[in-house]
Amino acid sequence: MEVSLQELNKTQYPIPAELQNNVAITSLSKIYNWGRRNSMWPMLFGLACCAIEMIATASSRFDFSRFGMEVMRATPRQSDLMIVSGTVTKKMVVPIVRLYNQMPEPKYVLAMGACASGGGPFKEGYNVVSGIDKYLPVDVYVPGCPPTPQALLFGLIALQRKIDGQSLTTADDVPWYGVGPSEPTPVPILGPDIIDPRQMDMIRRMAESKAAKDAISLPDGRALPAVKTAAAVVPVAKKATAAAAPVAAAAPVAAPADDKRAAALARKAARAAKTGGAPAETVAVEDAAPAAAAAPVVTAAAPAAVAPAVPADGAKPWEEADEIREQRKAAALARKAARASKRDEGK
Amino acid sequence: MVMTTPEELNVDLKATSVEETVSHLTQRFPGIVSADTREGYGGVIVAKDKLVDIARYVRDVLGFDYLSSATPVDYLGEGNHSTDHLEMVYHAYRTSGGKALVFKAQTDRESAEIPSLIHVWKGADFQEREAWDLYGIRFPGHPSLRRILMWDGFAGHPMRKDWKEAYYEEDHKPFTSRWPGGHVHRAEEKSIFGHNVRYPADIDLSRLTDVSESTLYSGFGMGVDVTRMVDHHGVETNELMVNMGPHHPSTHGVFRMMLRIDGETVLDLDPVMGYLHRNHEKIGERNTYLHNIPFTDRLDYISSMGNNHGYVLAVEQLLALGAKYNPPTYRAEVLRVLMVELTRIVNHLWAIGFWLNDLGAFFTPVLYFIQERERILDFFEAVAGSRMMCNYMRFGGVFADVPERIHSVTNLINDRMRDFDTMQFLTEMINERIPRTIDELDAYLTQSEIVRVRSEGVGIISREDAIGYSTAGPLLRGSGVAYDVRRADPYSIYPELDFDVAVETSGDMYARYMVRLREMRESVRILKQLLPRLEYTKGQPVNDNNMAYSGKVPVGESYGRVENGKGELGFYIVSAGEKKSTANPWRYHVRAPSFINLTPLGLMSRGSKVADVVSILGSIDIVLGETDR
Ligand code: SF4
Repeated sequence: MEVSLQELNKTQYPIPAELQNNVAITSLSKIYNWGRRNSMWPMLFGLACCAIEMIATASSRFDFSRFGMEVMRATPRQSDLMIVSGTVTKKMVVPIVRLYNQMPEPKYVLAMGACASGGGPFKEGYNVVSGIDKYLPVDVYVPGCPPTPQALLFGLIALQRKIDGQSLTTADDVPWYGVGPSEPTPVPILGPDIIDPRQMDMIRRMAESKAAKDAISLPDGRALPAVKTAAAVVPVAKKATAAAAPVAAAAPVAAPADDKRAAALARKAARAAKTGGAPAETVAVEDAAPAAAAAPVVTAAAPAAVAPAVPADGAKPWEEADEIREQRKAAALARKAARASKRDEGK
Repeated sequence: MVMTTPEELNVDLKATSVEETVSHLTQRFPGIVSADTREGYGGVIVAKDKLVDIARYVRDVLGFDYLSSATPVDYLGEGNHSTDHLEMVYHAYRTSGGKALVFKAQTDRESAEIPSLIHVWKGADFQEREAWDLYGIRFPGHPSLRRILMWDGFAGHPMRKDWKEAYYEEDHKPFTSRWPGGHVHRAEEKSIFGHNVRYPADIDLSRLTDVSESTLYSGFGMGVDVTRMVDHHGVETNELMVNMGPHHPSTHGVFRMMLRIDGETVLDLDPVMGYLHRNHEKIGERNTYLHNIPFTDRLDYISSMGNNHGYVLAVEQLLALGAKYNPPTYRAEVLRVLMVELTRIVNHLWAIGFWLNDLGAFFTPVLYFIQERERILDFFEAVAGSRMMCNYMRFGGVFADVPERIHSVTNLINDRMRDFDTMQFLTEMINERIPRTIDELDAYLTQSEIVRVRSEGVGIISREDAIGYSTAGPLLRGSGVAYDVRRADPYSIYPELDFDVAVETSGDMYARYMVRLREMRESVRILKQLLPRLEYTKGQPVNDNNMAYSGKVPVGESYGRVENGKGELGFYIVSAGEKKSTANPWRYHVRAPSFINLTPLGLMSRGSKVADVVSILGSIDIVLGETDR
């Protein structure tokens, strides 16, 4: 079809003179991202001390409306960004997860401060969650206690940069682009202690082995080796020769009709298995909680998806973690040796 | 009921000193009241079955009408005492001023029952609920003894000494794992769940139900059966139950209220808290004394300097029992008061600003106040290194002297950062900027039609209730009680400073606003007196460098309190000394004004309109870091 520039300028609305006779070419992703990054509406809710610095950031001296964020919405339905500004307690994480589930996609989470990133000064407390990334996928971590308003601004700019890098076509990591809407995060239960529904199976197994008087802990009740949900899922995917198998098995349970989603998840799992860990987008802090951000995407499919993570043959997950740790250690030692020999060669 | 004898009516028992009161009590009630003779302790121990009578006597006859703090201590294997037991410690004051009468009641750890004092002092309500929640002490006579900070269904009473958290390492810091050569790991790695959780061995997942909400609603006497009512026009209506919070934008943080309303009128209100309960006290008892200073910053995070002050005062009281401790120098005291008074201005500006938000002046006034606050924060940053969490005071002084010159990014000239002579900056701030802001605020708001109509006669609390409910700060002084810890029980250099206690008598929101406004003016007055003192103490040392990383603190108890922006902030500290650890407090309790000031929220809101509830809460001025600790 041939269109003359003259034709193009004859629209229903006036085009400023300096823009007439111009053709701008951009990708759909770019213009879409440009629109979104400059209208990030944060949710108006504060948790603790960090919220005060968030308010300071919103007020005249620092003024984050310069970045298109002035409209703080008090309802999750109208907000794009959840700034988790403060200590997440077990009692509070329940409403936070509910709020997150109510936010429309695309949605982002910014963990502001030491507490929201990993527990912070109050981490050892019995009512404190060790970072919001135990429950929600975090996009940006901002360190500090509290982060200065400048740091928060930097984190917000980092988020904008992250949005710039997202693509409408290829990003399996961005559920709302590649795979369609994500599953809601299961809301934790306040029982005798907080219960993450995704860990139900592990808790059941723990209770069983405790009842069977299996020694799962050292006599002083501490020093249990690590098993993280993310760590457990990824290595198992590696073990199962067909990386997609556990996920594919879980997918029908989660969303029977959603083939596209299952395929994307499988691709993602395969990628994760290749790299040996799910890459988390950690912009401001290096290691605040690697891998955790991607974990919920895998495990959130359904509580059942956790089940393949724990082999059914009675092997204990914690022993497996030991194995993995040994492997990692050996690999690290090998790398170190290689480096050393290289250095020697250099001499 | 204990009756007064004729002789007692002749002596003015309400004017006797605390020492005289203690000896009077022990003589008057032999076998029931005995002096607390443990090393470093004071006050009396009361037989628990006579506690209510003695409390009435203390209040009515002896005149200690104000219950400041009621808190439990768990003496488990502590060694100071023959047997393990739980103890409730009460601090009662006279609103006419003076020192505390401390009385205690003991109970064994298994039955754990102490009669409730709620009918003597209503202010005991939340504090007893907290004692039940965290220590598992039952209070017969308490009308609704429910958990307050943790959720219903939570396993155990976490503040007991034998209750261990999931990330437990050792009883006391510094943990051996953190020493050089120790193996440091992330706490998550020690839990098979990778979370901060610990489940009881007998957890039954098949029968697991989340009762945290349901009991909340049933405890409030609401829920399924809605009461039908007929209003005065003969229209049949229903009572409605409204939940506000914990993420409501105008509850000043993660605070929650359950309202029972009839149309627009509030019939009942129940505060629900604990959403920011971050276990300050449990962590504080593991920390060393010095460790706790930065934690106090995070209590009332608007006024961290004031929190530091209360805590160091409490520990200094204990330190003064032993030798080898130099009290702060004069300059250190001047610096402390300087910081605290600046903090008070920040606090009141913030409180008034957000209260106006609640009244509907959305964010416009606040922006002006925050701008002023930023200037003060710049000064704090230059002095202490941090804007909000100053961590500035130390036992025996302050962390550092004010620097010669400071940078302030707030005062931009042609977009260039300026560097100021500190004294000049302070002088300008105290003599011009702050008074100007206060004058502006006064001019635009005090006579504003809207402010007056919305706040006069709303949220009233009477003088008697204000005292009985143990309220503090502007809430107490707005109801006509001239009680300011700086005058009633002076500390630091306040006795030599010239200032008035701001009092209003109407007890409504407007009165509280006026108290805050006038207190800011009084603070400016104090600050003006500090400027020359700062000049002539220049060069004096500001701290006692002998106080090592983990200073030895002698055995005993102490209660340090200051008048913070939100009211009386108290720290109750028990040191077990040599017998356990000289570097860690055995008991560390915070008497949080924001927490106790919420006790009469229901009373103040009943009968008012829904729209007023938010502003009544705003006029109390709470901060959740301190409410939930
Ligand atoms: S990171 Fe620090 S300032 Fe922020 S909420 Fe936690 S304790 Fe408060």
